[in-house]
Amino acid sequence: MTTAPESIVGRGNRDGAALFRQWFEKITQTAEKEQNAAYVFVMGSISEILRTFDFTMVFPEINSLQTAIRRVSDEYLDEAEDQGYSPDICGYVKADVAVQLRGGEHPMGRIPKPTIGVLTNACNTYIKWAEIWERMYQTPIFTIDVPGSREAGSLNPQNESNYKNDLRYVEIQLQELISKCEEITGIKFDPDRLREVLGYSNDMSRGWKKVLELNSNRPSLFNALTDGTVYLGVANCFRGTEIGSKFFSDLVEEMEYKAAQGIGTLTDEKYRLGFVGVPCYPIFRHFNEFFTDWGGTFVNSTYLWFASGGTNHGFEYDLTNPIESLAEGILLNVRGAMDSMFYHENALIDMIDNQFVDGMVFHPIKSCRTVSTGLADSRRSLMTKRDIPSLFIESDMMDKRVVSEAQLKNRIDAFFEGLAVRKQRESITA
Amino acid sequence: MTIKIFDAWQGLPLDGILEQCQILVEDTDYNAVKRWREDGGKIVGHFQVYFPEEIVHAAGMLPFKVRGASVDATHSDSRFGSYLCSILKTSLELAMSDRLELEMFVSHPICDAARNLAAIWGRNFDYPCQILYLPQNANSSHSINYLKDEYDRLKKEIETIAGKKITDDDLRASLAVFNENRKLLRELYAIKRDSPWKITATEAYILMAIGGMIPREEHNELLSHTIPLIKSRDVKSQDKMRIVIEGGFCEQPPLDFLRTVDRYCYVVDDDLLIGLRWILEDISLDGDPMFNLAEAYLEKSSYSPVQHDLRKPKEKMLVDRIKKSKAEAAIVTAAKMCEPGLEDQVTYTIALEEENIPFFIGEFEENMTSFDHTEIQLETFVENLLFD
Repeated sequence: MTTAPESIVGRGNRDGAALFRQWFEKITQTAEKEQNAAYVFVMGSISEILRTFDFTMVFPEINSLQTAIRRVSDEYLDEAEDQGYSPDICGYVKADVAVQLRGGEHPMGRIPKPTIGVLTNACNTYIKWAEIWERMYQTPIFTIDVPGSREAGSLNPQNESNYKNDLRYVEIQLQELISKCEEITGIKFDPDRLREVLGYSNDMSRGWKKVLELNSNRPSLFNALTDGTVYLGVANCFRGTEIGSKFFSDLVEEMEYKAAQGIGTLTDEKYRLGFVGVPCYPIFRHFNEFFTDWGGTFVNSTYLWFASGGTNHGFEYDLTNPIESLAEGILLNVRGAMDSMFYHENALIDMIDNQFVDGMVFHPIKSCRTVSTGLADSRRSLMTKRDIPSLFIESDMMDKRVVSEAQLKNRIDAFFEGLAVRKQRESITA
Repeated sequence: MTIKIFDAWQGLPLDGILEQCQILVEDTDYNAVKRWREDGGKIVGHFQVYFPEEIVHAAGMLPFKVRGASVDATHSDSRFGSYLCSILKTSLELAMSDRLELEMFVSHPICDAARNLAAIWGRNFDYPCQILYLPQNANSSHSINYLKDEYDRLKKEIETIAGKKITDDDLRASLAVFNENRKLLRELYAIKRDSPWKITATEAYILMAIGGMIPREEHNELLSHTIPLIKSRDVKSQDKMRIVIEGGFCEQPPLDFLRTVDRYCYVVDDDLLIGLRWILEDISLDGDPMFNLAEAYLEKSSYSPVQHDLRKPKEKMLVDRIKKSKAEAAIVTAAKMCEPGLEDQVTYTIALEEENIPFFIGEFEENMTSFDHTEIQLETFVENLLFD
């Protein structure tokens, strides 16, 4: 039976939204039944292992950004700042502190207390954040330390001894995490269950890579800033599940259908844009409209790379050798996520060339220094390598106090006026 | 290297020595470092907090502690966005304004901002700019072996730049020099703790900070000469409060900030430039020197907000520091926009309240020029405690 076209187009967004509600229902049930919850992060969630121990996965970053999307983040931020947390630290951390202080109360449901916190070093704030749970609840905290690239372009070839040293380090930490999970849950580790989870993760990584590549189509098939964030939510929350596997299989089908039919995300795509940074969640839709009103759409985004934990590279695990292969996947994926933030210059050039980008938008934010610190310099460097217009605008992912809509709009309007003049000039000289 | 790059102190009385040391520490043109280079020496710049300087030293190069400076970020400002600490900008400024010429720059994943620095530096300079991945899982059974391998990797990079092999004996000789240096710094801090009226926090800081700028042999000679002079200094004890300063692990408060504190308190311990004192005991010269260096980072070390180690809860470590130094109160400060420092302020204050230890919360910036507000706050804090 073939799926009716009208039900294919937009299915990813519809299913993604439904799955998201379902996911919040699950974590609410976990809170109510006081079941085991693992607090994890998007850049290296280690879901593959945690799922084999039946932990409910809780992503505090996603909980926090949801408070911004639902326009209540200021209440949570104020509450944490009243406890002494500085206005100058990560807004995600502060919103989560307030959620914890409220006993898990959240606009989407109820957040359970952490049974374990598992984090990588992809963001240093993960470590500081987990230290808060450690002190609030005496939660066991486990850091999977993933050595990143030592310098630009130094993704170690896999036969080098440095690479083998890094891989061995990650693998031993995974084995130690397994022991810790066995100790906490009383469940014996099951390699066959891990293979099953890895298989679903492979489907999702393969699908995610394909979906991102398909957006090279003209017109672009989805908006990386808005639709992409919905897909990203599923990529994280349902990693390693049958549901996640099916979602990405369906999504690839949707994108291929739209490509074949020439159905774009905008009715009149005038400008194809790349996005570097983190979305402006306090005015999420409105921020995007500043661009779409001019016929601009985001065809790709570094956010979709690093916030998927680097799974955009499509690494697939070897199911015959699950632990070692998982270690390799985590090393390469998390390192890839870090490269997307610190060493993304060549990837941006690829984005410009392969996805036909007309302009690049750099959006550093107050809350996240991991992503934002190097953006002014990488923009300057990119401009020396590609003759492409770029826009540099600052705001925040959580804190409305540093989001100036009028200023943003002025800058964005001026950017598009420049793009329009450039297009006009190009059409004359063509 | 045969020449001395800092000998202006020799033959001077203690006050003269301290004056020359202050001139060196405040010299943002780094003339002493330039003398090293003019004599054919090579330099590896390493960003805060800890760096295994012994490896660079063993290659005959100068390890230079990049810790920001009191300069305007004229060139580097355009390389950064807003909401960032000052030390990032002024550190890059030193290189971009040609005050500091390097053969290599190394930063560490100490915080979200600093881990970007090697990438930014690398886009602006042709020499190697790398991240040294110190382990962020201090509690894995494999962390020491991993770190040894990472140090070996760094050693190979440094050998290429130095144009010479670093033997185990070279490394042992460097470990001995740095063991001596750390022993002398422990002596300096013992004076602060046991007879703080003999040396101000500012003076002790200056004497220590020089270590990150000149060859350690020279620093050892300076400290060996100066410490006995400090011990025999004829200064009377005053009725000042004994305090600990916490929050100077990365960006450094300006000297005038320390002078302000000195006016009201005796600083009996602190975490200023903690990287220079990170290793708490002598590193063994027996066996594999690289393994010993790696082991010391994890097993014989101090604490800071940028290292998570289940065995070293930071608030407990701070309370221990306060108790061991017989301090009566703490100044818990943080550099502006320093995320780890600001986050730990909350942790520290909860613990200090539980221990009933008075504390003073503040922020600083390396380029701040007005201290009136700090002084008034500090004066009020001290008076409140004295008359409580």
